[in-house]
Amino acid sequence: MSRPRPSPGSIRRRLTLQLLTGAAVMAVVLFLIVYNFAREIGAESQDTILAASATAILDATTVQSGEVRIDIPYSAFTMLDNTADDRVFYRITQDGAGLTGYDDLPAARLDPGASAGFDTVTYRGAALRLATLSRLVSIDGTPARIDVSVGQTRDAQAEMLARILRMTVLLGLGFFAASAGLAVLAGQSTAASLRRLAASVSRRGPADLRPVVAEVPREMRPLVKSLNSLISRLSGALNRTEDFIAEAAHRVRTPLATVRAHADNTLRRVDKEENRAALREMIRAIDESSRAAGQLLDHAMVSLRADQLELTSVALRPLVGELVDRLRPLADLKDMDLHFDDPQDAEIMGDAILIQNAVRNLIDNAIKYAPPETPVEVALTANGGQATLTIRDRGRGFPITGTEGLTGRFARGENAADVVGSGLGLTIAEEVARAHRGTLTIANIDGGPGACVSLSFPLH
Amino acid sequence: MRVLVLSLALSLVAQALAAFEIEERMSFPVPDAAARLRVISTADAGLFSPFIDAFQARNPGIAVDYVMVSSSQINVALAEEGERFDLAISSAMDLQIQLANDGLARPYRSVATGSLPDWARWRDRVFAFTLEPATVVLSRDAFEGLDLPRTRQDLITALRDNPDRFAGRIGTYDVRESGLGYLFATQDGRTSETFWRLVQVIGGLQPQLYGASAAMIEDVAEGRLAVAYNVLGSYAQLRDDLGERIHLIAPDDFTTVMMRTALIPSTAEATEAAGRFIDHLIETGWTEGGGRFASPGITPGTMSENASLRPIQLGPGLLVYLDRLKRRQFLEEWEAAMVQPR
Repeated sequence: MSRPRPSPGSIRRRLTLQLLTGAAVMAVVLFLIVYNFAREIGAESQDTILAASATAILDATTVQSGEVRIDIPYSAFTMLDNTADDRVFYRITQDGAGLTGYDDLPAARLDPGASAGFDTVTYRGAALRLATLSRLVSIDGTPARIDVSVGQTRDAQAEMLARILRMTVLLGLGFFAASAGLAVLAGQSTAASLRRLAASVSRRGPADLRPVVAEVPREMRPLVKSLNSLISRLSGALNRTEDFIAEAAHRVRTPLATVRAHADNTLRRVDKEENRAALREMIRAIDESSRAAGQLLDHAMVSLRADQLELTSVALRPLVGELVDRLRPLADLKDMDLHFDDPQDAEIMGDAILIQNAVRNLIDNAIKYAPPETPVEVALTANGGQATLTIRDRGRGFPITGTEGLTGRFARGENAADVVGSGLGLTIAEEVARAHRGTLTIANIDGGPGACVSLSFPLH
Repeated sequence: MRVLVLSLALSLVAQALAAFEIEERMSFPVPDAAARLRVISTADAGLFSPFIDAFQARNPGIAVDYVMVSSSQINVALAEEGERFDLAISSAMDLQIQLANDGLARPYRSVATGSLPDWARWRDRVFAFTLEPATVVLSRDAFEGLDLPRTRQDLITALRDNPDRFAGRIGTYDVRESGLGYLFATQDGRTSETFWRLVQVIGGLQPQLYGASAAMIEDVAEGRLAVAYNVLGSYAQLRDDLGERIHLIAPDDFTTVMMRTALIPSTAEATEAAGRFIDHLIETGWTEGGGRFASPGITPGTMSENASLRPIQLGPGLLVYLDRLKRRQFLEEWEAAMVQPR
């Protein structure tokens, strides 16, 4: 069982999250360091002042006529006065015996050889910071040890710590906020270079298959390189496909035309009715194959070109006129009147080859499905921002069951079984219309037999 | 035998119950008292009663028991004997600070205490409500023909030049007995060497030693004393009737200013009433120009302008002169100067 791979998600969000987590950790570390440092400095400053007080008392210690005299300076205690009015306790001993001060005050532990010791003790229900200083004095030649302990409650310390705590919390939060801002910016700038590349690729025209040359950060160069390699392979494949279609059209149509010509000639020379029927069947099959091959290749071309539409200005009247002229012989075969009504010209942006394909297929359909000796009318109008080409015939029309699905590939109307057809004509027209943001509308003529097919393109 | 033991024990208990010395006791009862405030104080009950009357007018339903003692007895009662009092009011700032420092006072905070300047309160436990200078009271008769001194140096010169006139007629606190006298003397000694020269001169003139300001003022007025040194100016100020005979000096070189303070002992039970009394003291003491203890020209405002006024700072420094050794040395020096052999 393999674990599900984590969703790749968003680079920006992931980067921002990682940076934010880092910033939060850094903020906490910063807070702890600053807070502990400040606390140590605070404790040290209290120790310093307690030691100074005890030193002042020791300095005022004298021996007079074999007796220790201690003249505690006023400043020894006033120097301990602070904003929190902390309580002060002291004790002075000579060789461990109390001389003066608070008799039950403990002394801070002195390391051997050290002359000053500090301790935190609980005394009279309050936490006390205690400094004990020791000094030897000589009483008539006998050394005596004087210990001075000065203790002070820690209210001012607590107040200072609370102040520092508030400040440090603000500092940590400020640091985090600044880092968070930078993290968001970093995430955005990273995503921005990706977006810039994406924009430079998507901004290209559909036929623009040149390699990407945009300046990108070094980390993104492999991506651009792969992209360019992909583009060049794609461009090669497209070119080969187009070549193949053109080649295939030529290779398929030419032999079929040759075969049909031979069949026609043969038909004229053959008298026997059953042979003539067989030949006609053969010609019909050849026509069907030729037409199907042509439409398949048309469709392939349409699909290919529609994906990478190259827009140029196309004048519809000469384009349709030329097609109508080219198809007139086909209409004449069925004694049909192919009429082009062209009161005005319309210019649209489009791919002339595709439009030709679409219009040819539509007129071809009309000629094919309408009965002989009926008219086929082609009309070009331009209004309401649209150029519309309408093709009407007097044929059987579209099946009454509906026109949906008829534009699908190889779909044919239920009523068209007896006519040679591949079912690609409407598909081609529909795809061309869609590629040009136009529409294909198919309907039956009101109140009479006949189909009406409209191909609309937006004007400029 | 058992009866004897029992009665002995009872008498010991009774003795222990009243081991601190009460000088005066007064009751301020109210009908249907909701609370009973027990006050231990160094101020004369007569002088202090207007404060209590005003308090009771604003806070009906609080009965007050007022016990007047000497300043050292407050510490005996509270620190050594754990007596139950709801409020301790004293002029001995050092002893009040010691009580608070040793954890025998309760914290109290209110709008009134918050309005006090920093130097007028300590640890939210000791609250000052007066400013009272230590003054020199002179007999106008005794200085007939002499310039009235304005500084200690002037006084020293006057005493030195006229030993016959002043011999036996100088009064000051016996600092061994009076807490306030000790506080004034130690602060004077701390501030200037002139104090010790003055003590030397006074000591040579067979001084009279007193336990309280009121008696000194009385004796100056009666002509028994020519000079009383370190007398509470507030007490002298109250004796309007003596205005003709006595002259009050706040020495120009420096004038020590004492602040009367109140605190709520840790043994207090009527703490709410005690808090209200402290608020009352602060409001009448500070905002009404010092109330009964006012001294002309001394307000929190003028304190900062007049450089010669030296208010005693509330703070741990006051513990220094309470130190056994320090006190002994100070008293030795003081006695050597003040109690000279005739």
